[in-house]
Amino acid sequence: MSLRIVVCVKYVPDATGDRHFAEDLTTDRDAVDGLLSELDEYAVEQALQIADAADDAEITVLTVGPEDAKDALRKALSMGAHKAIHVEDDALHGTDVFGTSLVLAKAVEHAGFDLVVCGMASTDGTMGVLPAILAERLGVPQVTQLSEVSVADGKVTGRRDGDAASEQLEASLPAVISVTDQSGEARYPSFKGIMAAKKKPVESLDLSDLDIDEATVGLSGSWSTVDEATQRPARTAGTIVKDEGEGGKQLAAFLAEQKFI
Amino acid sequence: MGEVLVLVDHVDGAVRKPTLELLTLARRIGEPVAVFLGAGVDTAAPVLAEYGAVKVLAADAAEFADYLVVPKVDALQAAAQAVEPVAVLVPSSAEGKEIAARLALRLGSGIITDATDVEPGEGGPVATQAVFAASFTTKSRITTGVPVITVKPNSAAPEAAPAAGTVEQLAVSFGELATGTKVLTRTPRESTGRPELTEAAIVVSGGRGVNGAENFHVIEALADSLGAAVGASRAAVDAGWYPHTNQVGQTGKSVSPQLYIANGISGAIQHRAGMQTSKTIVAVNKDAEAPIFDLVDYGVVGDLFQVVPQLTEEITARKG
Ligand SMILES: Cc1cc2nc3c(=O)[nH]c(=O)nc-3n(C[C@H](O)[C@H](O)[C@H](O)COP(=O)(O)OP(=O)(O)OC[C@H]3O[C@@H](n4cnc5c(N)ncnc54)[C@H](O)[C@@H]3O)c2cc1C
Ligand SMILES: Nc1ncnc2c1ncn2[C@@H]1O[C@H](COP(=O)(O)O)[C@@H](O)[C@H]1O
Repeated sequence: MSLRIVVCVKYVPDATGDRHFAEDLTTDRDAVDGLLSELDEYAVEQALQIADAADDAEITVLTVGPEDAKDALRKALSMGAHKAIHVEDDALHGTDVFGTSLVLAKAVEHAGFDLVVCGMASTDGTMGVLPAILAERLGVPQVTQLSEVSVADGKVTGRRDGDAASEQLEASLPAVISVTDQSGEARYPSFKGIMAAKKKPVESLDLSDLDIDEATVGLSGSWSTVDEATQRPARTAGTIVKDEGEGGKQLAAFLAEQKFI
Repeated sequence: MGEVLVLVDHVDGAVRKPTLELLTLARRIGEPVAVFLGAGVDTAAPVLAEYGAVKVLAADAAEFADYLVVPKVDALQAAAQAVEPVAVLVPSSAEGKEIAARLALRLGSGIITDATDVEPGEGGPVATQAVFAASFTTKSRITTGVPVITVKPNSAAPEAAPAAGTVEQLAVSFGELATGTKVLTRTPRESTGRPELTEAAIVVSGGRGVNGAENFHVIEALADSLGAAVGASRAAVDAGWYPHTNQVGQTGKSVSPQLYIANGISGAIQHRAGMQTSKTIVAVNKDAEAPIFDLVDYGVVGDLFQVVPQLTEEITARKG
């Protein structure tokens, strides 16, 4: 039987752009160009490798996000995923991680799955908790923050490099996994891949398709709120010296003056 | 005042410093109750009491070490049911965040991750966060349920405030999901004898400019002269010159020391994300245009192989 893989990818504002908050203190998505979160490229890559190793596998990429989020799906399709699901609904603006995970859980169930692959964190929210919440919601094992992963005989195994130890993990499918940027460089879409992606199916769903009550998502359905966002003041210009043979000594003098030595 | 649950981070009973910071922050919003999971509570309890734990809820079971994350969620949930806390504070490690998130979902509570400060507020605790690569500071609140907040290391100076710290056994019954993900093997990190990167008062980092694993001793020597931790940019880590556990930045550790010294690091946004909140920032880079110089309190434009050894020598001499 075919291995059904769903990859959750997020469309995020470019981290190298000048990111801001909108007036309602949600991420201002207009100020900066969006793209497929770089950390989710690793998830797509690992899904492709897992699919290659399986006899028969189908990869669906899934995103919850605004209209433009289709760009993220196209990129993932051009890397080699087979089809896509885009959940889009005006009521989703300002949704927190619990709302997003609810929508993703419903969409994953709608797609049917043996394995859900996520990135380690989104590059805008950077919480790194959605995969764990998704596993809780779906009632399946979480095998997260993997720097190495493989799937065989109905089991997923992988290495999790934690702060205190490196762990080898194992769980039975179905499961939710997340992979880190140590899992291996993501491939670039080939020209052929880009052309093929244009013909791959993208299913659009809204909240009613997934039987989700609007009140559970969006800014008003969020369980936390941002009261204040202030731009960190630019650091005051420091002293910069050119090393003319005494740079190390000058730096030592600065550190001494600051009482570090 | 209500009780605040604090999940204890420890290695065989040796309490890690971020937990003491959490106890200190917890006292601002209520009475800290420590939740200790695993072996070694006898070692930990006196320390937890010294830093203000009125109670220590302890549970030990093989599940905590043998399976990933979920057994600890079950235990923390049992603790939350036992004390009905006004807030739950968890150390902001990868594991801590996952535990906190699943707990929050079960409690029907909002979550704030990676807080750098927690203060009492009218509508519940107010958490400070650094977002968008630390270019913004936000203040957030949980509006539904018991506030669950994960707090980053170095967010507060631990203050002793002796309390009873009475140890009570916590009864935990593990749910079906608890044994879903088996930990087949665990290889503890070898200690380098240097301070923990996220806890260190001083961090000395090296980047692509260090130009080889064999040159990192220059960075290590400076670090050792200051009693500092060693960090690295992703470029240095990806090149295999230094272990990934030492990476500073968006996908590595985020650090907030008193002093951060960047050597041969350009200062890409993803690197800044992990060090921008350091109190004092110093850089050595041969390119005067490197963006890292926008952040520095003191910068030296020069070859790190000249500047850093001279600096190390000078520090050693001054220390006499
Ligand atoms: C999704 C994502 C996540 C990322 N996460 C991280 C992260 O967590 N941490 C991180 O660091 N990066 C991260 N990066 C990578 C980041 O974008 C940069 O590529 C990286 O930080 C560059 O490292 P560097 O400054 O050491 O190298 P470079 O940018 O190549 O800079 C090297 C510097 O060394 C200087 N130099 C060279 N020789 C000498 C010498 N002899 N003496 C003095 N100076 C010298 C050069 O002038 C230059 O400025 C991430 C990128 C992405 C896309
Ligand atoms: N809106 C979204 N749509 C699809 N996947 C998402 C979305 N938000 C988060 N994810 C997935 O969850 C991972 C962790 O996200 P986070 O917890 O927000 O840092 C990401 O790397 C994605 O795989």
